Formats: sequence, C-alpha cells, structure tokens
Amino acid sequence: MRDWARAHPIWTGIAALLVLILLYLILAVWPEWIDSILRSKKIFLSALFNGITLGGLYFLVASGFTLIFGLMRNVNLAHGSLYLMGGYIGYYVSYTTGYWLLAFPIAFVVVGFVGVLLQFFVFRRMEGEDLRQTLVTIGISIVIADLLLWVVGGDFYVITPPDWLSGPLETGIITSQRVRSSGEVTNFYLSYPMVRIVIFCASVVIGVGMWLLLNRTRIGMLIRAGVDDRDMLSATGARIQLVFAGVFAFGAGLAGMAGVVGGTFQSVAPGEDIRFLLASLVVVIVGGMGSIPGAALGALLIGLAEQIGSIYFPTYAVVLTFLIMVGVLAFRPQGLLGRT
Amino acid sequence: MAMSDFQSSIDASIARNRGRRPWIERVPPAYWVLAILLLVMPGFASNFVLYQIFGWTFILGIIASSLMFLAGYGGMVSLAQMTFAGVAGYMVAIFGDSAIDTISQGWPWYITIPLALLVAVLFATIVGWLAVRTAGIYTIMITLAVAAAFFYFARQNYEVFNGFTGFQSVSPPQLFGVDWQDAVPFYYLTLFWAVAAYFSVLYLSRAPFGLALQGVRDNPRRMGALGYNVTAHRVAAYSFSAILAGIGGILLAWQSGQISPGTVSIQPSIDILVIAVVGGIRHPIGAFIGAFLYVLLKTFAVDVLISLGLDGDRFNLLIGMGFLLVVFFSPDGLLGLWEKAKDRSRRDPLTGRPRE
Repeated sequence: MRDWARAHPIWTGIAALLVLILLYLILAVWPEWIDSILRSKKIFLSALFNGITLGGLYFLVASGFTLIFGLMRNVNLAHGSLYLMGGYIGYYVSYTTGYWLLAFPIAFVVVGFVGVLLQFFVFRRMEGEDLRQTLVTIGISIVIADLLLWVVGGDFYVITPPDWLSGPLETGIITSQRVRSSGEVTNFYLSYPMVRIVIFCASVVIGVGMWLLLNRTRIGMLIRAGVDDRDMLSATGARIQLVFAGVFAFGAGLAGMAGVVGGTFQSVAPGEDIRFLLASLVVVIVGGMGSIPGAALGALLIGLAEQIGSIYFPTYAVVLTFLIMVGVLAFRPQGLLGRT
Repeated sequence: MAMSDFQSSIDASIARNRGRRPWIERVPPAYWVLAILLLVMPGFASNFVLYQIFGWTFILGIIASSLMFLAGYGGMVSLAQMTFAGVAGYMVAIFGDSAIDTISQGWPWYITIPLALLVAVLFATIVGWLAVRTAGIYTIMITLAVAAAFFYFARQNYEVFNGFTGFQSVSPPQLFGVDWQDAVPFYYLTLFWAVAAYFSVLYLSRAPFGLALQGVRDNPRRMGALGYNVTAHRVAAYSFSAILAGIGGILLAWQSGQISPGTVSIQPSIDILVIAVVGGIRHPIGAFIGAFLYVLLKTFAVDVLISLGLDGDRFNLLIGMGFLLVVFFSPDGLLGLWEKAKDRSRRDPLTGRPRE
C-alpha cells in the first residue's frame, strides 16, 4: 500500500481527495446548491449506504467464486445456483426452527458439501479443461435451477430476521436541519435498517478473516503456494486434493451463506441465481480474477454503481455496471487488482 | 536427367487429374440424399413441420453455426451470438415496418436489411475487440456480460427499442409477389440461407483466412512470430460470425413475427451454446444437428413428458440433463460420439488394429 502510494503520488492524491469529498458529503450539513444537484441528502445517503451493504453481499458471493478460480482455475458457472440453494435452505431452516442465526451454519455446511461433491465428481475429472468445465457447470446450473423450481416452486421467499435486528438504527448523521424563527435548530438524523448494518459488518469480518487466513496461517500458505505452482506443491508432499476440496467447500459454503443474507436483504426466487452469477462475474472481472481484495473493491464499486445509478438515472442503472466492466477491460484487462 | 524428372512429374499430375472425376460425381451420396429430401420436403410435410420445425431449425442452426465458426476455428466461445442476431432483428424492426409505427421508419427492404447486418457487424466488431483482449474462459464471461447488458438495455429503453414489449408484426418484404411468411416460401428461404451459411463456413475454414484463424487458435505466439496479426484475425472472426448471426436474427424476427427483449435474454444465449456444443463444434453440420434436436425437444418434449406421466414443466430439466450428459461424456458433442463409434467399428475388437 505504502509502496503503491510512493510510486503513484498523483493517483494517491486523487484518491485522498475523493475520500475527503465523500466524508464531507456524509458528515456536513448540505448547503442549498449540493441539495439541488444531488436531490436531498437523505436520498443520497440511503443510496450510498444501500450500495455499500449491497457491495458486502456481492463480496460474499464473489469471494467464493474468485477463491475457487484463483486456486484451481475452476470456472464454476453453477455458483449462482449454490447461492440460490443456500437461500432456500436458509429460508427453510429459519422458518421451521425460528432461529435466524442457525440458518447460516446449516446453509454453509450443506452447500459446502454440495461443493465438495461438485469438486469430487465433476471438476477433478476435467482439471485444466476450461471450456468443458464451463459447459458442464452451465448444464449443472440449468438442472439445479429446474430442480429447485420443481421442489420449491416459483414463489418469492423473504427470510425474516429476528426482532432484535429488525428495527431501524439511529445513526448520528444529520440529514437536514430546520431553523425555526425563534432561532431554535432541529436536527433530523438518518435512521438505517439495523439488519443491513449488522450483515455488512459481518461480511467485513469474513473478508478480513479470509485475508488473515490466507496470509497469516499455514493453510493459507498452502493455498497461496497452490495458486502459484500447483505441481510443485504436490511434489513437496502436500495433499493437494484435500486442499482443493477444502477450498471448494469453503467457497461454495460462502455462496450458500450469501444466499441467506440475500434472502434477508431482498428475497429468494427463481432467476436470482443468474442475477448473482452475473454480479459475481462482473465483480471478479472488475476486481481481478483470483484476488480477494480485488473482489472486495469490485463488489463495492458495483454495489455503489447499482444503487446510486438506480436513484439518479433509474432507467440505465443496470447498464452502468456493465459500462464499468467495459471500461476496466479496455484499460486494464486483468482487473483493477489482478496480477498480470 | 532433370528434363525427364520434370516430364515424369507432369505425367503423374495428368494421371492424377484423369483419375479425378468431375465435381458432381465427387459429392458424397449422403449429400445427394439429404439435398433431395430437403428440396422435396414441402411435397409431403405439413405447414407446421415446414414452418415451426424446419424453419426454426435452420434459423437456430445458422446462429449456432456462427458460434461454431468462432469456437471451432477461432477457439473463442462467445455467448453473445444471440445478441448479435437480436441486434440485426431489432434493426430490421426499427428501420423497416412493424406495428410500432412511432419508432419504425418504414424504409424499403434493400436499405434496411444491409443496414441491419452492418449494424450487427459493427456491434460484434466492438464486442469482439473487447473480448479478444482476454482469452479462454474470460471470453465466455465477458460475452455473457455483454449479452446480459444488451438484454437489460433493450428492456429499459423505450425510445429506440420499445422496452419490454418490443416490436410486433415484423414481416418479410413481399418480393416477387410471394408472401415469404407463408410456410412453403419461408421454408425455402430459410433452407437457402442455412445452406449458404453452412457452405460459407466450410469454405472459409479452408480459405487462407480460416487456416490462419485455426493457426491462431492452436498457437497464437507462433502465428504472431510468423507475422500474422493475431488480434485482427480474431476480431475479423467476430465480424464474420455477426453476418451469419445477423441473417439468422432477421429470419428469426420474421419467423416469430416479433422481436422483444425475451428474444435476446440470457436463456436463449445459453441455448445457442447448448445447440452448438451438443451438435459438435468441430464441423458446421453439428450446429444444424444440434438445432434440429433442440427444436424437436422444445416442440414435443412437453407432450412426451406428459404422456410419461411427468410434469410438462420439467422441460428444462430434460434439456439440461441431455446437455450435461453429452458434454460430460463427449466434449465434441454428438459428432464426437459418431466419430468414436465409426472409429471403433473400423478397428478389430481383439487386436485394436485398423481392419483391412
């Protein structure tokens, strides 16, 4: 980070300036002219926060995808189906047991197990055959989508969070001020759904945990070695198939957990699998394939673009995310934080 | 000595040419049977079979053969072929006639059709230029993202693409006093273009451009070292594929009489890939075999499922399972299976050597 800043002083300056502007926009009481450009502060702030929290959800889905790709070069286009599966399992568990928190470990374990099955029966048989993996996983995603439709039906399901999470949270951020004629000043504060903030914090914790696991532990060392040179690692006696299965289970489990999160944020329904597959594709292409920080950056960018776009130019919000992807591809094909 | 060598080589060449029969005799009998069968088909097949089964098969086959060309000879698997087709279909509806006369310009066919193809080719060239910056698996993802972006754009834009509803009553021009939307003329129209697409892909695969493209597919660095412009060949392959896809797209708009975002959504884009892969991407005939199977399944699978006592909605499961089985066991599709079977029947089962 420091090296990068030293090497690119101008970019660092621009980034710092942007951060300052953003902080000003969040914390200050807006004068009239900003209000007239960006509508009102309340709308802007809720779009910003929605974008950041949606970015957290995208990060959960895309980090599993990018981890699997980075280590094994496996292209798992059934990742969206794993997400959807996790969402349905989460709904079922939280509906039958009444414990929302219980949905997470169960979705993680069950979907992780499906991931191990995929790795064992599908990917291990076609190592290094990109195209075949893609085609087979497209086939699997078609089959899983139809099986889920068969079993669950085409309805929308919303996972309800427990009571202690469902209310709004008063943040200390002033959205607007009203000055009475008597000189008394009333502040209006932004309130934001508690559950979104908690889930965002959880995804940050998971992201940091993943980074620590990869960079500070022995298993992480094995995984990173596998990313760099798989054959050499297996020659040193590491049981690489075990590492592969573990990473696949972890990545798939993350997708499953993200399904529970998505079901709480929005809803689970047929078609969400393709939506989240596309989202994670765009995220990892923008951020850089196989890079966890890249996935975080990409997820944040795409989430923000989607939400802020949907406020300020609602018609083409979806197209905006693809424009970002095209821009990144045109100038930095390996992705923002991808290695060349 | 040298003179007699030269003489003998000429003699050999003459002898070879004498042994060579005229081209009409060199066409394999299977081609004759197929050609005659396809030509006399309207004599005994019903309008439904001609229009819905064969018309649709030929159209999907044309679009799939554009993917077959890109993937088989260029090594670039694109999921945006249906999008290129959709762009051409949309342009015909926008510049030509449709029920939405506030948008449709109503220009004559000899302007709209070349213009539609031109726009599709331009669009594909831009997409191709973006996509070839990446390789292998990234290409699939990027073209998938492009397909999704176009789908969402067409669905949201009401000024040009007329949003969710799209364009209805898109019909072919009344050339030579024939209503080309009638079953028999439409059958011959699609047959003509299918044959043209098939032979143009076959011809191009043996032309210098196609050979260079296959070289680029197998070893881009070596081709670059030999002085070929690798990027230009790849982008040109995208442009050519868009001509085929565009023709298919225009025919598709005429066949269904409409074009809407549903035509270019993600499912049809994946269907084109399924068709090309199930048929086999080593030879252009694979695209048409795959399309025929797909159309048969799509038309009759529901009836078959219901008659077997299953739910007719499980159509996607059937298609997905079939696709999965084919790609799992034979990466070269049905053509690959056929080759394998032929190869096995030629070998002696005991020794494994080729039979005499």
